[in-house]
Amino acid sequence: MHPAISVICFTLFSGAGYGLLSFLCLDDLFDLNFNLSSARHMGLVVVALVLITVGLLASTLHLANPRNAWRAFFRFRTSWLSREGVFAVLLYPVALFWLFTLWGSDAGGSKVLAALTFLLCIATLFSTGMIYACLKTIRQWNTALTPTNYILLGFMLGSLVLVASGAGNVTIALIMVGAAALGKLIYYYWIGQPAGPTINSALGFTRATVRLLDVGHGEGNFLTEEFGYEVAKAKLIWLRLISIALAFLLPALLLLAFGATAGIPAMLCGFAGVFVERWLFFAEARHVVNLYHGAQAT
Amino acid sequence: MKLGLVIDLDTCVGCHACAVACKQWNTSGTSGPLSDYEPYGAEPSGVWFNRIRHYEVDDYPNNKTINAPMSCMHCEDAACVTVCPTGASYKRPEDGIVLIDQDKCMGCNYCSWACPYGARELDRESGTMKKCTLCVDRIYDENLPEAERQPVCVLTCPSHARFFGDFDDPDSEVSKQVRQRSGYSMMPEQGYQPTNKYLPPRQQPAVETHKPRQVSREEHSAEDKPMAQIQRWIAQQLKRQA
Ligand code: SF4
Ligand code: SF4
Ligand code: SF4
Repeated sequence: MHPAISVICFTLFSGAGYGLLSFLCLDDLFDLNFNLSSARHMGLVVVALVLITVGLLASTLHLANPRNAWRAFFRFRTSWLSREGVFAVLLYPVALFWLFTLWGSDAGGSKVLAALTFLLCIATLFSTGMIYACLKTIRQWNTALTPTNYILLGFMLGSLVLVASGAGNVTIALIMVGAAALGKLIYYYWIGQPAGPTINSALGFTRATVRLLDVGHGEGNFLTEEFGYEVAKAKLIWLRLISIALAFLLPALLLLAFGATAGIPAMLCGFAGVFVERWLFFAEARHVVNLYHGAQAT
Repeated sequence: MKLGLVIDLDTCVGCHACAVACKQWNTSGTSGPLSDYEPYGAEPSGVWFNRIRHYEVDDYPNNKTINAPMSCMHCEDAACVTVCPTGASYKRPEDGIVLIDQDKCMGCNYCSWACPYGARELDRESGTMKKCTLCVDRIYDENLPEAERQPVCVLTCPSHARFFGDFDDPDSEVSKQVRQRSGYSMMPEQGYQPTNKYLPPRQQPAVETHKPRQVSREEHSAEDKPMAQIQRWIAQQLKRQA
């Protein structure tokens, strides 16, 4: 799949924002020892909302006809994209009311609103993952690991932002880095297994070899541009290593060695690593339509 | 009603006439225009509802060229419709045709990701998704003579490889063809239950090529005469038919 920068930024920044907001809600609910003053707490909620908004705005950039974007809220019943949009929009008033209740109160804000904000964060992150995971046409996405990874990586980035801000909790951040790394490694193992349709089942000739002679068009078209994206295997492996090193190994080592003082470099590494991870999430996904263009398997 | 196409992979010669006729009709139809990008430039490209690809099946000497025209299959379980967030994509309950409301589409490409058959293409000019309409603006048009109330691809096909009809009617041409010729669905394991069906190529023995006939010198000069060559070719053809 073609990795569109707008969609990568959307999932990266909004994911981090939802992760950060979730931790702030959890701290309010269960006191995770973040030791946030009222002003600090409010400031961080605003940072989270800014991250979310930047991400959501980036996502609208890839629409070819944004005039009709408002219609995207109306198929909640069947479409995960619609659900994601609805949850994302519902979150704003709830989070803002909660933010208001944090004002000047060192005991935290309204617990009901904190819980509601937290649930909406999870619902939005889950829906974002399900946008991809529900597609049977792309086997690398069609797995429960996809929403799991979206949630884990969002939480990981959120916890790193917290540590970088001088609040937060290094142990929690380390646990999140470990959990996200584990999820991603399982994913890489899982997509390495051969599965899914082949050129034979795509055309219905399952008892003989099938080869493409001619695609029937001289230049590219929508299908080759959108789905034909392919990166050399060797480059993919390098990028995987880079993303694992940046997203998980470096932040973990930095936090283990220097504790909260290395919060900012750890956070920057985390963002860079997850950016590469998101790019790979698209670049490694092989849509079944490629079978009709000559791929033997996906 | 369950309207759709049957495409005969045995007789399709891969001429692309159906795709050209489709483009010609639909560019001024309900989903039109079907924009072209740089039609006279170095890399012409554009929107098509129907694309024909060419494959080689099996290995020498049993290999065979297969031309596979593909357009929207008007699937019964059409995920392109369920994933669409705006409701622009819909499946008509009365005849099963899957359509896109050009006034509602926001051009997010999501439905094209959900389609296994590459049937949906974004039109960069209008910013909306486009696809085969099964010529919905022809098949019900009472101003047309009845025989012409069919998709243009079906009317155009010079080798009669395309059939249009109602799969819910067991006596329709499409139902009969599927029954008699073991019509099948492409990529059934995706679970979309495509309405369009394909007829497999008929089985034919491989033409023998490994023992070319040895011809003596005198025979050769006699055989070389054009009339003799034509006679030999006709004799060969008759032998193969028998
Ligand atoms: S072929 Fe593709 S576009 Fe057509 S109904 Fe099926 S999934 Fe939808
Ligand atoms: S591109 Fe248009 S028809 Fe397709 S999912 Fe998006 S809004 Fe729906
Ligand atoms: S017009 Fe008929 S023979 Fe030509 S490509 Fe289309 S289906 Fe095949």
